[in-house]
Amino acid sequence: MTFVNWLKRNLVVIAGLLTLAYLLLPNVVVTVFSFNQPKGRFNYEWQEFSTAAWQDPCGVSDLCGSLSLSLQIAFWATVGATLLGTMIAFALVRYRFRARGAVNSLIFLPMAMPEVVMAASLLTLFLNMGAQLGFWTILIAHIMFCLSFVVTAVKARVMSMDPRLEQAAQDLYAGPFQTFVRVTLPIAAPGIAAGAMLAFALSFDDFIITNFNAGSTVTFPMFVWGSAQRGTPVQINVIGTAMFVVAVLFVLASMVIGNRRNKQKA
Amino acid sequence: MTNETSGDVRLSGISKIYGSFTAVHPLDLTVPQGSFFALLGASGCGKTTTLRMIAGLEEPSSGTVHLGEQDVTALPPYKRPVNTVFQSYALFPHLDIFENVAFGLRRRGIKSVKKQVDDMLDLVQLGEQARKKPHQLSGGQQQRVAVARALINHPKVLLLDEPLGALDLKLRRQMQLELKRIQTEVGITFVHVTHDQEEAMTMADTVAVMNAGRVEQLGSPTDLYENPRTTFVANFLGTSNLIEAEVDSRSGDDIVLKAGGGKLVLPEARCSAATATGGKVLVGVRPEKISLTPADDAGEIPEGRNRITGRIADSSFIGVSTQYVVDSPVCPEFEVYAQNIDRDARLVPGAEVVLHWNPAHTFGLDSSQDIDAGTEEEAAV
Amino acid sequence: MATLTEAPPPLSPTAPEKKPPRGRGRLVPYWLLLPGILWLLVFFALPMIYQASTSVQTGSLEEGYKVTWHFATYWDALSEYYPQFLRSVLYAGSATILCLILGYPLAYLIAFRAGRWRNLIMILVIAPFFTSFLIRTLAWKTILADGGPVVGALNTLHVLDVTSWLGMTSGDRVLATPLAVVCGLTYNFLPFMVLPLYTSLERIDGRLHEAAGDLYAKPITTFRKVTFPLSMPGVVSGTLLTFIPAAGDYVNADLLGSTDTRMVGNVIQTQFLRILDYPTAAALSFILMAAILVMVTLYIRRSGTEDLV
Repeated sequence: MTFVNWLKRNLVVIAGLLTLAYLLLPNVVVTVFSFNQPKGRFNYEWQEFSTAAWQDPCGVSDLCGSLSLSLQIAFWATVGATLLGTMIAFALVRYRFRARGAVNSLIFLPMAMPEVVMAASLLTLFLNMGAQLGFWTILIAHIMFCLSFVVTAVKARVMSMDPRLEQAAQDLYAGPFQTFVRVTLPIAAPGIAAGAMLAFALSFDDFIITNFNAGSTVTFPMFVWGSAQRGTPVQINVIGTAMFVVAVLFVLASMVIGNRRNKQKA
Repeated sequence: MTNETSGDVRLSGISKIYGSFTAVHPLDLTVPQGSFFALLGASGCGKTTTLRMIAGLEEPSSGTVHLGEQDVTALPPYKRPVNTVFQSYALFPHLDIFENVAFGLRRRGIKSVKKQVDDMLDLVQLGEQARKKPHQLSGGQQQRVAVARALINHPKVLLLDEPLGALDLKLRRQMQLELKRIQTEVGITFVHVTHDQEEAMTMADTVAVMNAGRVEQLGSPTDLYENPRTTFVANFLGTSNLIEAEVDSRSGDDIVLKAGGGKLVLPEARCSAATATGGKVLVGVRPEKISLTPADDAGEIPEGRNRITGRIADSSFIGVSTQYVVDSPVCPEFEVYAQNIDRDARLVPGAEVVLHWNPAHTFGLDSSQDIDAGTEEEAAV
Repeated sequence: MATLTEAPPPLSPTAPEKKPPRGRGRLVPYWLLLPGILWLLVFFALPMIYQASTSVQTGSLEEGYKVTWHFATYWDALSEYYPQFLRSVLYAGSATILCLILGYPLAYLIAFRAGRWRNLIMILVIAPFFTSFLIRTLAWKTILADGGPVVGALNTLHVLDVTSWLGMTSGDRVLATPLAVVCGLTYNFLPFMVLPLYTSLERIDGRLHEAAGDLYAKPITTFRKVTFPLSMPGVVSGTLLTFIPAAGDYVNADLLGSTDTRMVGNVIQTQFLRILDYPTAAALSFILMAAILVMVTLYIRRSGTEDLV
């Protein structure tokens, strides 16, 4: 009876943890198989333990080149989308202007559009303009689809900001520029940072839109896609695992530092 | 920065209109240098808008704002020698207490702020908390930071927008005295916006009661309380019993009135309405000025007092006093506050009583006004 | 990503935030908007128009295309590829429902039951994003491999018999069947369901649960009458964020499915990048866009959450 009761009370916890396991299972597989030494070209079946791939992560031609290209594109797309998106978010929250509804729809639609539709239509445009597909067309596309997400993230933060804070700054002799730099920007910073991180992740991991608009340029996701047809090197798993670990460690470290700082001050 | 002779705040014909809504009707107001001035009124009466126009956070639709001799109407807030303690404080959450307080000094290009900030934090007794962030402080401490942050700039005028609204009752009392102390110490003009009549009366030298975008009455707290000139002021500041009466005759400096068969005497000097014989007047008296005597002892009441008979409808004991609600022919809910000195056991609900008071405590108002203006019932609508 | 729906901005009469700036500077919002909006107009809206025009062109790659208002392309595309359209809706719909069923307990767990583990679980939900989704999708090839432990277990439990009967699997295989595709879609878009659900659950005051309990509601009733209705904004944006990308996806169908599981995304991709039949691809893409917009609009109307964005 007590067990049944315990089960009843914790059913949602168990179900939630099972879902979490489902979410994490592929990462476990990716990690395990980064130590595999496959026979043949595909790394889908366990053969034997090896650290060969970890010792030589760039051992496959073009792999690290595509990785560095993806990081560059993600960096510039983040810079571009964050800048443009933050400006739009401020305009939307802080000012009244005509065509507000139209602007809102234009921000919303890219998020409500299947990627393949945006990818195909953008390619039509580039073909019509006779643009050379490559780094620049990828970057343009990435800024385009990251923009809306940045706007949403920053807007939420700016909207929850007390307008009295800026008034207080003005009251305390800060002109419009000083008010923006000393008060508005620091307080909006978490929203802008969240938007930027989101943009980076979306851009770095994008495949569908890139696939349409890259021409013969190969980003990291496109390299993985290609290798799924030709043969998957273990190094892919190494890089996937490394990025996962780095991301988790980065977040944990920043949390620990944040906690310690709070404790010191309290 | 304070100049002895030029600290007056002068508003001339200042008004604020939002679309079709007039928040503040054209208003003339002078706040003398060094005074503690309160703008009192219910929410939406235009008091905060008036304050924000002085601060420069709101552009007046008409009129001018002068600080001493200087016309500041066209100046943006960051160029006015005025500082504000905001409602819910508006402390910068990303800066610590020290930097919050130093903010204004730094913006004006002052390099060595350490000593000034430390002194100011000591004045508000927060020296220990300098390196904490605002959210780590209690409400009362945050409030003091907000005051320090504004005062350190030695403004000509300090504006306080409901500065104590977020504090609980006990702390509010304490901070009222604290603010009063600081004001006396620094001698800066304070303009204080509040909806709490008790707060306004405790702290301010002069109170302006605002209603629907207009100043109803301006004066010292005692003056406003004892001699209200409108029903709104009579009801909003404390409680008043208002009776409709008819002017019957005159005797010397007094007016004799008829109300529900009885006669009441009102000193002419305390009546703000025209008093032609046969005209109507609203007669008011404060609940604590009234004595209650059981009907059986009516003979013991001295001559010359105003009297009304009635029956006690309800009584509630609140420690220092007992509050009675008396049902009388001239006024259905007459309120009486009696000090608990010698409680008469016969004064219970249902008892027939005589209400009587010194005629000098009676005041008269123009009867064309809404008798319920400024009461809580009206505010709730 | 986590907030497709937002509360309306707070209005306070004492602090009118939208104060028009003094004198000059009325153009400030337009300058702020200009670069970003221009970017979206040129690289999002304009391409849609180009695509619409391409879809009614005829011609060939060699001789070039001309606008001939050839609407028959739409009819041809639909009649030839309607199975892929239906499949897209079916797969994406199933994946969305599965995401909701799987994601809700996890979001609930993080919001109300995780205590000090909350941050860690949040990190674990988000961290997989940093491993390229293609790599993670490929891992499902290993997990669902023929004769592997998962397939073996499903076989022993006779789950595969049921799914075979439903047409979701064939024989002893899971890989290269609809089940694998739906499983992959569910996996890939699950975080897009969990995060908005968590955001709206987290806003619910825990005391509401106590109040409901105090007013004689059993836990299940509390959930049905209080928690779930209050989490509706999260459910709506979660289902949209899952369904829309899933319907246009072709990666899962390609990597985990077979030629029998091709979705409309696969067709558009092939027409565009391999066969180079631009009018047909444009028409298909246009139909997909229109269908999604219609469905989204109806859905938002019905669920009564109109304050999107």
